[in-house]
Amino acid sequence: MALNTDKNSYTIIFSVLMVAVVGSLLAFTAKTLEKNIKANKRTEKQQNILFAMGVTDQDDPNEFVPAEKADELFNQYVGENQYIVMGSTAEKTTKAFEIDVKKENDKIKNDPTYERKMPLFVGEKEGKKYYIVPMRGNGLWDAIWGYISLGSDFKYISGAFFDHKGETPGLGANITEAYFEQDFIGESILDENGNYVGVEVKKGNADPKNERKEDNAVDALAGATITGNGVTAMVKKGIKMYMPYFESIK
Amino acid sequence: MAEVQEKVEEKVKEPREPLFSKKNRKLITDPLTDNNPITIQVLGICSALAITAQLKPSIVMAISVVFVLGVGNVVISLMRNIIPSKIRIIVQLVVVAALVIIVDQVLKAFAYELSKQLSVFIGLIITNCIIMGRFEAFALGNGPWKSFLDGIGNAAGYGVILIIVAFFRELLGSGTLFGAKVLGDPIEKTGLYAYGYENNGFMVLAPMALITVGIIIWIQRSRNKELIEDN
Repeated sequence: MALNTDKNSYTIIFSVLMVAVVGSLLAFTAKTLEKNIKANKRTEKQQNILFAMGVTDQDDPNEFVPAEKADELFNQYVGENQYIVMGSTAEKTTKAFEIDVKKENDKIKNDPTYERKMPLFVGEKEGKKYYIVPMRGNGLWDAIWGYISLGSDFKYISGAFFDHKGETPGLGANITEAYFEQDFIGESILDENGNYVGVEVKKGNADPKNERKEDNAVDALAGATITGNGVTAMVKKGIKMYMPYFESIK
Repeated sequence: MAEVQEKVEEKVKEPREPLFSKKNRKLITDPLTDNNPITIQVLGICSALAITAQLKPSIVMAISVVFVLGVGNVVISLMRNIIPSKIRIIVQLVVVAALVIIVDQVLKAFAYELSKQLSVFIGLIITNCIIMGRFEAFALGNGPWKSFLDGIGNAAGYGVILIIVAFFRELLGSGTLFGAKVLGDPIEKTGLYAYGYENNGFMVLAPMALITVGIIIWIQRSRNKELIEDN
């Protein structure tokens, strides 16, 4: 071929064309699949919220409800009982589901006077109410997030779900394991004087069966100190923001 | 595949070689056995460690790499005469990165749970040494059909090892295969567990993947002495 591929001008033209072609190809793919990906994320969020209130797969209590049933079950257990909490007041609206906790966190970082919109989901199962609070924090490598549900006494945790973006598999990533999440169930978030303290992921807690529910602590995961501390901070801060509202409706 | 064949027939006008000539077949079979990218060339080890704790993600990873390497090799091979040699590594990276992003998006759209399990590892296909290695060593110097076979062969060779390792790690580490409890229930103490058998928790950690790969290399070399390097 008579093409001189060593010329500088050729190299530059080639790279410009390559970027244009690859760029439009990727943009096209992203646009075509956008709808499906969004629907999947929505389903995942519904599964997470249901998990935090103890609605799980029929056969395996450690698994989510099946994806195809998520929509139906979410409407059955939570439905329109969604609130946007601002300070100590709340507005009932299904827009709560669309609120991105990450974006709210960013907004308050950029503008400390911004009044944060906090989504709250209220589920009802077998006559009991579950107040499900979404939260987001930092692990060792990247973001961690979760949902914690409180009973209507606003003292004991009735369910927890955690997930992460890039914690170490086998160590920090184990926060998604059911045995860690189950440790939070029944834990008290108030100390003996009734003051808010949250729940600590504590090393040397030595309570593997989690029999001490009033000690505001669960056992840490081996080899995951920073991730554990991240969970502690996230849970503490996450629930605290809702406390003024919870106090007002107690 | 039909498309690729047509292109080959247009391009190769010289003494025509049958599509599955002995030489071409060797391109596929060699990497499966005596020139395996993992056990012989020791490439792509990092991902072999990371995702082989269970069978399902290993198989998906294998399929994704077959796709990326097969298509990538063809793309690079088709462009081999117009790629400016000064920026050829960059071009290779762009091709593989674009393909990987497409795989990632498709998985997110159609197999969301799997894509969550594979999470960062799909992105890590980009850094899989096998891919850049085959682009550089094969696709830049050979026609698209041969490159396609070479890509499929090498990716399959990689995938086979992945699946073998994952089989043993999942079976011995968690007592399951594809998540099904084949050895009985460790908590209820049924099946094998009734006789005091325990899962080897060490198998699910990364070091045991290396040791498993090491055992495969050992078996392979003891069966074929030609593979043993003299030093």
